Amino acid sequence: MSLVTVLMKHLRELLFPLIAVIAAFVVGGIFVLAIGDSPIKAYSELIGNAFAWPDGIGYTLFNATPLIFTGLAVAVAFRCGLLNIGAEGQLYVAAFATAWVSMKFGGVVVDVFGQKVSYSWMTLPAVILVPLAIFAAIFAGAFWGAIPGFLKARFGSHEVINTIMLNFIAVALCSYFTQYHYKVPGDPIMQSAPIGESAHIAHLGKFIPGLPERIPVNLAFILALIACALVYVFLWKTKWGYEIRATGANPSAAEYGGISVRKQIVLAMAVSGGLAGMVGINEVLGYHHRYYDGFSDNYGFTGIAVALLGRNHPVGVLLAAILFAILLRGGIFVDAFTDHVSKDIVQILQALVILFVAAGARYRGSLNVFGLLKRSKV
Amino acid sequence: MLELRNITKRFGDVLANDHVNIKVKPGTIHSIVGENGAGKSTAMRIAYGFYTPDSGEILVDGEVREIRTPHDAIALGIGMVHQHFMLVEPMTVAENIVLGAEPGTTAALDLNKAASEIRALSDEFKLAVDPHATIETLSVGQQQRVELLKALYRHARILILDEPTAVLTPQEVEEFFAILRRMREQGKTVVIITHKLSEVLAISDEVTVMRDGRVVGELKTSDTNAAELARLMVGRDVLLRVEKPEAKAGETVLRVQNMVVAVADGTRRVNDVSFEVRAGEIVGVAGVEGNGQTELIESLAGLTAQSRVSGKVDFAGRDITNMSARDRKELGIAHVPEDRHRRGLLLDFDLAENSILGIHYRQPAVTGLGGILLDEKGIERRARQVIKDFDVRPPNPDLPARALSGGNQQKLIIGREFELNPKLLLVSQPTRGVDIGAIEFIHRKLVALRDAGCAVLLVSAELEEVTALADRLLVIYHGQIVGEVDPKQTSNEEIGLLMTGGKKQ
Repeated sequence: MSLVTVLMKHLRELLFPLIAVIAAFVVGGIFVLAIGDSPIKAYSELIGNAFAWPDGIGYTLFNATPLIFTGLAVAVAFRCGLLNIGAEGQLYVAAFATAWVSMKFGGVVVDVFGQKVSYSWMTLPAVILVPLAIFAAIFAGAFWGAIPGFLKARFGSHEVINTIMLNFIAVALCSYFTQYHYKVPGDPIMQSAPIGESAHIAHLGKFIPGLPERIPVNLAFILALIACALVYVFLWKTKWGYEIRATGANPSAAEYGGISVRKQIVLAMAVSGGLAGMVGINEVLGYHHRYYDGFSDNYGFTGIAVALLGRNHPVGVLLAAILFAILLRGGIFVDAFTDHVSKDIVQILQALVILFVAAGARYRGSLNVFGLLKRSKV
Repeated sequence: MLELRNITKRFGDVLANDHVNIKVKPGTIHSIVGENGAGKSTAMRIAYGFYTPDSGEILVDGEVREIRTPHDAIALGIGMVHQHFMLVEPMTVAENIVLGAEPGTTAALDLNKAASEIRALSDEFKLAVDPHATIETLSVGQQQRVELLKALYRHARILILDEPTAVLTPQEVEEFFAILRRMREQGKTVVIITHKLSEVLAISDEVTVMRDGRVVGELKTSDTNAAELARLMVGRDVLLRVEKPEAKAGETVLRVQNMVVAVADGTRRVNDVSFEVRAGEIVGVAGVEGNGQTELIESLAGLTAQSRVSGKVDFAGRDITNMSARDRKELGIAHVPEDRHRRGLLLDFDLAENSILGIHYRQPAVTGLGGILLDEKGIERRARQVIKDFDVRPPNPDLPARALSGGNQQKLIIGREFELNPKLLLVSQPTRGVDIGAIEFIHRKLVALRDAGCAVLLVSAELEEVTALADRLLVIYHGQIVGEVDPKQTSNEEIGLLMTGGKKQ
């Protein structure tokens, strides 16, 4: 295939989500008009601020980081024919696990009412502690994701129900341990003791001239980019990815091909959970530096929208995550600088995008008439 | 009576009907034959109002008529019976027949009146259908007669039947033809869409042959023969008989002893079956569909997620009763499944990816990192090999399998399995929904594989196919092998009797 045909193929893939986004903005604009504001003003506040250097871009990428992870998580599960509604629970468990490891092995000593209290068993250097903490996040997320995978493979119970239920359990468990075991006495905020300083990962400002270090976009963003590349390689360039995609495309044919459908379900859910768990790296090691109860701004659920808009492809997920991150941050400016429109417009736009993507599946057929949307390999 | 004049219909890039002219005379049985995709179903769906033509006109009784919906067609006396029945299983015959044309006042449904009318119709054409029976208790043949009644109840004078014999046993086909002849006597006009030439010759008065969306022949059945029709359909001479030398059977490759396959509810789909297949022979399994053939072949291939297998299966002297599908494939057992869309293909995957299904974990599909990474060059080489050896068209490994015609999808699957150089081939319905040209090709390949020393176990619903290909023929009924016949000696009647549970004479 020549470069041009490859490029055309990918442009076609982009076209459809783009139409959905534009349609959502048009309808959203009607809402804004109805409220009595100028859609142009509202949208320029919503989007325009994202491209300012350094704050706009820095914060957008920081906001995009967790959405890339959860978007990838949902996409991997979906490629296996599974709907992972449980990324939210998986990322909570993972964030708690990484915080716990970074605390226990980070040499944390806290001043409690004038007394030095240790929260650690030992002090590990950064070269060991950071990889260990990252591993803890991935492992905990993968474990929490593998549970509904196992339940489905073993008993046939539906993963949607089980992942939703496990979300409640995850959030409640983390809150319990925070409140009764790892909170510093006297702290009015529902958060754990801080993690060891050797577990902190650097903000990107440390490496990029002109980007102040106060902006929290950190090495987890680089990890997210690496994760995109690895997910792509995993799904399309390895035999494991072939097996997962075959299972998602047609479980009967996969079985015929000697693939254990049950194994693939558990594997896909574990990989999905592990990816969701990486949100903990961004939030705990890169930003809060502790487990902070209720830290997730629905990242797990927004991840479903990100995957849907991104057509369950790592490149699409990356682009969709950045778009949603722009909206997330732009909402603040809409709140502040328009007369009537509040930041809830963001929620409306997100919902509209999803509606148009979903409704559009029906109309892909008629667009095919123009040969614009022929199915490609990925 | 019914005439299509210059009908043209285009679906996207495909010209499904290109200036089609078909003239059906009143009181005749008229066959429309052609390969898959020749446009015969499209033409009839236009006549029934499912599609509107891009240009051209439809005449009924010599007058130009607008048929925009099936309702228009029914009002003009045109009825259609589809290949897949459209019946509500838990409801009675009468309820199904009145559906959409309920008698009585709007509020009260007068089923008794309908039932007596249906009984009268049934008697008139000797259909022997009880209006009060529920559909799910009826045989396939009876269900088809319910579909006929549905059209007759709506006063159809012209009946269009889409592949009506595909689901019937040989005996049922005979009964069905008798019904059609009675309908002709009563002045009805019948149009049959089919690709079975023997049936065309047996039942119809006139035949229209279609190829690539065009009418390529209009003949009186009495003036033609199977060879001529086949040549018109395919566009070249076709070998209708399978040419095969005498089998040289070698050692026993597969030995099945007292095999039982039970499904989740405990039903024994395969019940105490024993047989052998030797190298270099084709053993055929004949039977009405749903008598355990699917479960037999799938269990032998190791696809037992939905069932439990007991008994003993030996392959080349090795016990494989509880072996996984992958390990069986490694030993040299290839499998062409009966349903290529459900089992055989990943329709959204491209041809290259489909060509390695089942061997995707080993050479030549993988490379590097200890055999984790897929070897795209190796996969493409394999795909091109299959495409070349088995004449898969279009020959583009990047196309999704969905884009291929049924015949080419089947050639891809058969090629993939043959390329493994199997010692045993399990093959189910190798030519279902495949056009004549491809059937000839697949049959030749099967015989060549046999002659190369492979043991072949063949299941097919097409009696002609199993009798032509098999060296020995087993007949299966209710999960049991009820007889073995010599395909060279036997008759369709003998097999047909065994297939329906009759005893061998």
